[in-house]
Amino acid sequence: MSFKLIGKHEKDKRANRDGYVEAMLELMAEDEKVVHVDCDLMNCINTGKLLKAYPERTFNAGIAEANAVGVASGLAASGLTAFVHSFGIFASRRVFDQAFLSVGYSELPVHILGSDPGVTAAFNGATHMPFEDCALYLTVPNFVVIDTADIAQTKSLTKKLAACPKPSYQRLIRKGFVTVYEDGSEFEIGKGYVLREGKDVTLIASGIMVDEALKAQEALEAKGISAKVIDMPTWKPLDEELILAAAEETGAIVTCENHQINCGLGAQISYLLAQKRPTPQEFIGIQNRFGQVGPQDFLMKEYNLLAEDIVKAAEKVIARK
Amino acid sequence: MDKAQKMHDLRVFAAEIRLETLKIIGSRGFGHVGGSMSMADTMAVLYGDVMNVDPKNPRWEDRDWFVLSKGHGGPVMYATLGLKGYYPIEATYQLNQPGTDFPSHTDRNKTIGVDMTTGSLGQGMSEAVGAALGNRVQGRTNRVYVAVGDGESDEGQVWEGAEFAAHYKLDNLTCFVDDNGMQLDGPVAQVMSHGKGLGAKFDAFGWHVIDVKDCNDVEQIYDAVQEAIATKGAPTAIILHTVKGKGATFAESTGAHSSQPSKEQWDEAIAAAEAALEAVKNEK
Repeated sequence: MSFKLIGKHEKDKRANRDGYVEAMLELMAEDEKVVHVDCDLMNCINTGKLLKAYPERTFNAGIAEANAVGVASGLAASGLTAFVHSFGIFASRRVFDQAFLSVGYSELPVHILGSDPGVTAAFNGATHMPFEDCALYLTVPNFVVIDTADIAQTKSLTKKLAACPKPSYQRLIRKGFVTVYEDGSEFEIGKGYVLREGKDVTLIASGIMVDEALKAQEALEAKGISAKVIDMPTWKPLDEELILAAAEETGAIVTCENHQINCGLGAQISYLLAQKRPTPQEFIGIQNRFGQVGPQDFLMKEYNLLAEDIVKAAEKVIARK
Repeated sequence: MDKAQKMHDLRVFAAEIRLETLKIIGSRGFGHVGGSMSMADTMAVLYGDVMNVDPKNPRWEDRDWFVLSKGHGGPVMYATLGLKGYYPIEATYQLNQPGTDFPSHTDRNKTIGVDMTTGSLGQGMSEAVGAALGNRVQGRTNRVYVAVGDGESDEGQVWEGAEFAAHYKLDNLTCFVDDNGMQLDGPVAQVMSHGKGLGAKFDAFGWHVIDVKDCNDVEQIYDAVQEAIATKGAPTAIILHTVKGKGATFAESTGAHSSQPSKEQWDEAIAAAEAALEAVKNEK
């Protein structure tokens, strides 16, 4: 286990996208088969740095996301490891048939990045706010689905994905996140991480919700409630062993996601628990609503994604035990 | 070999492909006869002469690629690859049977020799463009051929792929446009027409365009491919004025997208294709 939790709830002044760019600069230096395709959003995630360093392996496909995913499929079939980026809405809904057939069904190692997940789309508003991007990819049988929390985790998992023979969808927060881990922390695909131990309830979170879960744990502790906190960056394949052990140990689960609740992390976990260890569960996430424009802190409150919401859910689920 | 002999051999190969295509679809009794038969001459030129491939090493990295973006033409590809020796031709008479390696639409993970999975129209174009770029990035001098239908060209993705290929000057890419004039619901001109024409569209997108007048003449297709290979700095589109269902007695007059003829109609069509093959063999 080689990650180190900071857990001070401080906003990171850096841009999380740099975790991806730093990983790619290292990957492209190490392996001349790694390529990046962008969709006229290089200036948004700083992949201009890749274009500058590796112009022969960095491609702008323009505002044509479906073609970009198809091109990435052909690049992969020719023997390359292709990463392709657009905003999360386009990288999921707009390209879904291409991702499903040209990548997933074709069994090609293409890694799709969707930036600005959920409420982090903030000032781009409803049209740019994906609450269902992971849901789509969870339905493709061989896709790995990842929601990272900060720079260190993004960097580590991007590097792991490059060596992964399966296709993947990775959410990429650009800004508006808290530093959870020390730089240099290492993570594995398909693994969850226990950040705090506890006995009464388990809070399972990913992405921007990890820090909210940590804050909720502290608030619960002040009330005499012992909460275990798990960061679950990989939504698929799920770390079933860790979840079942936590259910056994605490007997109550609260899942916390920046995504629709009926088809994301919480739904995956309830599907597992229903079959293997029925456990009371409460769900923090978007409750069957569309997105809207506004600052991220307003949106977190509007959609009940705050630590105070997690605390209420934890008390409720404990009462159901 | 002189060119006349080569063209004779390619005509024979095309007639063999037509006969086998009918036998493959006939083994199931129904299927996409129209768009398979219209591609037979192009397949003969590509696999009979132009393409550098090795049936014993189908994923050889320096091979030339072929992507049948109009993936419903699967049977013509299976006939061609079978005759070329990728697998015994009899293996292909399992079209669309449970557990088959020969599905109606081409699938890279099921059929030996198929480079990309297609069937959702428009996708093969982008895949071929990516393969052409990927091969170039890796310093290979091989070529990528892709075939799109005229009906398929309703799809926006065909044109997204076209603009990308021209922008990146992918002169290792050649696109055949099967301009057979028919799509599922009827004539292309009635269902969804192509403005000033498919050739004009590719020209506007920055491609070198070659119009092959005689739909099913292997020599004209062969000459067009040689011109495409010689063209530098831009991809080439070869517009094929073909006849949908060409060589299938029950489909040629109707241009049907898919057919389910009677046993008698199948027997008649296969007998006619056998006779056509004999006639081509005997011409000199």
